[in-house]
Amino acid sequence: MTDDPARKEWMGLLAKAKPDALEGLWTRQRAPRFTWLRAPEIGAAMVRGRIGGTGAPFNLGEMTVTRCSLQLDDGTVGHGYVQGRNKPHAERAALIDALMQTGAAEGIEADVLSPLRAQALARGKQRASKAAATKVEFFTLVRGED
Amino acid sequence: MYVAVKGGERAIDNAHAWLAEERRGDTAVPEMSVAQIREQLKLAVNRVMTEGSLYDPDLAALAIKQARGDLIEAIFLIRAYRTTLPRFGGTRPIKTAEMACIRRISATFKDAPGGQVLGPTFDYTHRLLDFKLAADGEVPPAPTTVPRQEPTPHITGFLNREGLIQQEPPSDETPPDLTRAPMELPGSRALRLQALARGDEGFVLGMAYSTQRGYARNHAFVGELRIGTVAVEMDIPELGFAIDIGEIEVTECETVNQFAGSKTEPPQFTRGYGLVFGQTERKAISMALVDRTLRWRELGEGNVGAPAQDEEFVLYHSDNIQATGFLEHIKLPHYVDFQSELELVRKLRRDASGAQEAAECPL
Repeated sequence: MTDDPARKEWMGLLAKAKPDALEGLWTRQRAPRFTWLRAPEIGAAMVRGRIGGTGAPFNLGEMTVTRCSLQLDDGTVGHGYVQGRNKPHAERAALIDALMQTGAAEGIEADVLSPLRAQALARGKQRASKAAATKVEFFTLVRGED
Repeated sequence: MYVAVKGGERAIDNAHAWLAEERRGDTAVPEMSVAQIREQLKLAVNRVMTEGSLYDPDLAALAIKQARGDLIEAIFLIRAYRTTLPRFGGTRPIKTAEMACIRRISATFKDAPGGQVLGPTFDYTHRLLDFKLAADGEVPPAPTTVPRQEPTPHITGFLNREGLIQQEPPSDETPPDLTRAPMELPGSRALRLQALARGDEGFVLGMAYSTQRGYARNHAFVGELRIGTVAVEMDIPELGFAIDIGEIEVTECETVNQFAGSKTEPPQFTRGYGLVFGQTERKAISMALVDRTLRWRELGEGNVGAPAQDEEFVLYHSDNIQATGFLEHIKLPHYVDFQSELELVRKLRRDASGAQEAAECPL
């Protein structure tokens, strides 16, 4: 399979979403019937950095991840990979991943993904705004006589 | 004769019951939630995640609560939990150049593009106890201003342009993992960085400080210190492409050190690198200093016999869980070991006094 930018984006958005935020947006949806291909399991991923930020990789430490895979009754397969240890969160992510490949995509995009994206953007912007307020403005004192 | 002794079961159970009660403290005082620890003791949480080597703020907060605030005990709990997790894979290296910075300072360039952004720092506070905090925790919202849109480039990038700083050779080699294979020394720089990242903050700080005081000449400037969030990307085999599997906060420190040059290298600056989970800047700076010091062989510098230059000494003593395990085991029952020592000392004394008596009363 080749890179799928749209799917990559929504899966990343779901992985990084706060479980409460996704739950709040998801409850208004009607969950479709599905069967598990891989029931939710909690595990770890080894996070890597690069020496000097640009050089060879090294192992920084692990992070918790929960994953699962499921199949809708129409055969569509959805995968969920989310940060943390929340199994219902991974299930929601996989269901959304599956639904986004069906005719329900437009509705899910509007009701779930789009508000989730807006929340993430707002959170990032708020932190960036506070950081910007702590930027040092240097000024030079004029000393002595010319 | 060896006599197996069992017992203490009831004493142990009662000790643990009392431990639980002591953990809770005075029940007239409201109990602290894990969320409160996660939000209000964030720097403790960061340390437990970094040295526990597992990024999960909720788990780290739980560990701190269970350990009654003993951070090494909390790190122990996280390390133990970590071993129960299946490994889904290794991530792609995080892109710290794309970090959403909340703090970014340089001690070397005042006017670096992106500016000096202080962020939520203790620097410049007067270190006076704030008794207002004992009364109420209400704080006014922090001021905001329009955020910059441009990226914040790495400071070492500017020096690279003039060729004044040593470059890090790019590679995509799978790094060694000391949690999977025993550490073999001398190790690669990647292995050293993994060990330092999870090493005890106090130990790494002490080692770094020793280099500043002259045990291995190592005059470092903080070229850049940045704190912020980065996306973590991993290849997913069932998809056939990589996705973001989360977002973590990290602290990155790059030091710039003088280097006189060698037969093959022109005089240039060299680098030390520190990278840790969360806002943990003392540790990140310490890590960068020790990393740079341990590079003496690669850079053709002399070994002056300083402790911080001794890779084996540093890497085998930086892990506080290994250290605690070995140190604290000596308080556990050693009745049989000690019995044999006791017998030995008694026998030596008997032999010595026998020999003396024999010397005093020759027949």
